[in-house]
Amino acid sequence: MAAPENLNPDPLTKNILFMNSVDYLINLTRANSVWPLTFGLACCAIEMMATGAAKYDIDRFGSGPFRATPRQADLMIVAGTVTHKMAPRVKRLYDQMPEPKYVIAMGGCVIRGGPYVKYGYHVLKGVDLIVPVDVYIPGCPPRPEALLEGLFKVQKLMEKERILDRTRKLTKPEVYSPV
Amino acid sequence: MATHEEIFKTLKEKFGDRIVEERLDAIDPFIVFHPSIVQDLAFFCRDEEKLRFDLLSLVSTVDYLPQAASADGKTPAVAGRIEVVYILDSTVHKHRLIAKACLDRERPHLKTVENVWRAADWHEREAFDLMGVVFEGHHNLVRILCAEDWEGHPLRKDYVIPDTYHGIKNVIY
Repeated sequence: MAAPENLNPDPLTKNILFMNSVDYLINLTRANSVWPLTFGLACCAIEMMATGAAKYDIDRFGSGPFRATPRQADLMIVAGTVTHKMAPRVKRLYDQMPEPKYVIAMGGCVIRGGPYVKYGYHVLKGVDLIVPVDVYIPGCPPRPEALLEGLFKVQKLMEKERILDRTRKLTKPEVYSPV
Repeated sequence: MATHEEIFKTLKEKFGDRIVEERLDAIDPFIVFHPSIVQDLAFFCRDEEKLRFDLLSLVSTVDYLPQAASADGKTPAVAGRIEVVYILDSTVHKHRLIAKACLDRERPHLKTVENVWRAADWHEREAFDLMGVVFEGHHNLVRILCAEDWEGHPLRKDYVIPDTYHGIKNVIY
């Protein structure tokens, strides 16, 4: 997380005393406690499980508790191919999550259809056709380190939010690139 | 354990000319039967002492588009049909039978064998979903893999992938 001094260029809250530090602290605590929704649909779920396991441990970043219910989750990691039959259910679960919520699109299938993009008649070509996505993680499947990097991108998105203007969530997607 | 010749002989004795073809020289020897005898054939295969095919491993379908013979005569003409393939196994005698029926592409109807082997329930639903074969007498012939309101039968050779599904774009341009 950036240091508090150069964090707040926001004209809305810049001159209020201590607002900068309050925002910083609140966002720090929020970012280190992003609870994901278990949403493993296909092979990327295996990598998500590997990220949750001992070697790549997502729990050390606060995202260990994978909630089974959308009502208690604030991050939906869509991991695996979404078919047209599953798509309404994905949308329903996304709608059931309380704000502020974030979506990570993990893997090729969820970004643009992956290997099924040309002949897959029943594959949804990208989950961003039904839910707004915050972070895309390419890969087939992406390595656990890549999923952790995607989680850090979500944490960075959180750090830009201000509690006095909570409705303004930045939803411009960030594409991970190693360069 | 009966050999393929013995199994085919037993079937031929019972059904005579309803067994349209037998191929012993293929990698998996098979018989082709007329679709009208499918229920009798199923009961006979399951209950006859020498056969005892008590395990239905697979009900699958193959689509053949009609094709004229090639000009140089090397490739023969293909008659247009939908074949339904049954793979039957015997856990008692440890032998296997592959039986096929050829159906018309315009009206692929066939009696169900769900009352003979319960495994046929979902296999026939899949055959209906993906190829459009209607199994008469099935208690619940609805789509099993594709979405309930999907249109068309995707594994047919002349299937065209739809552009949208409920307004969602389904192809990349």
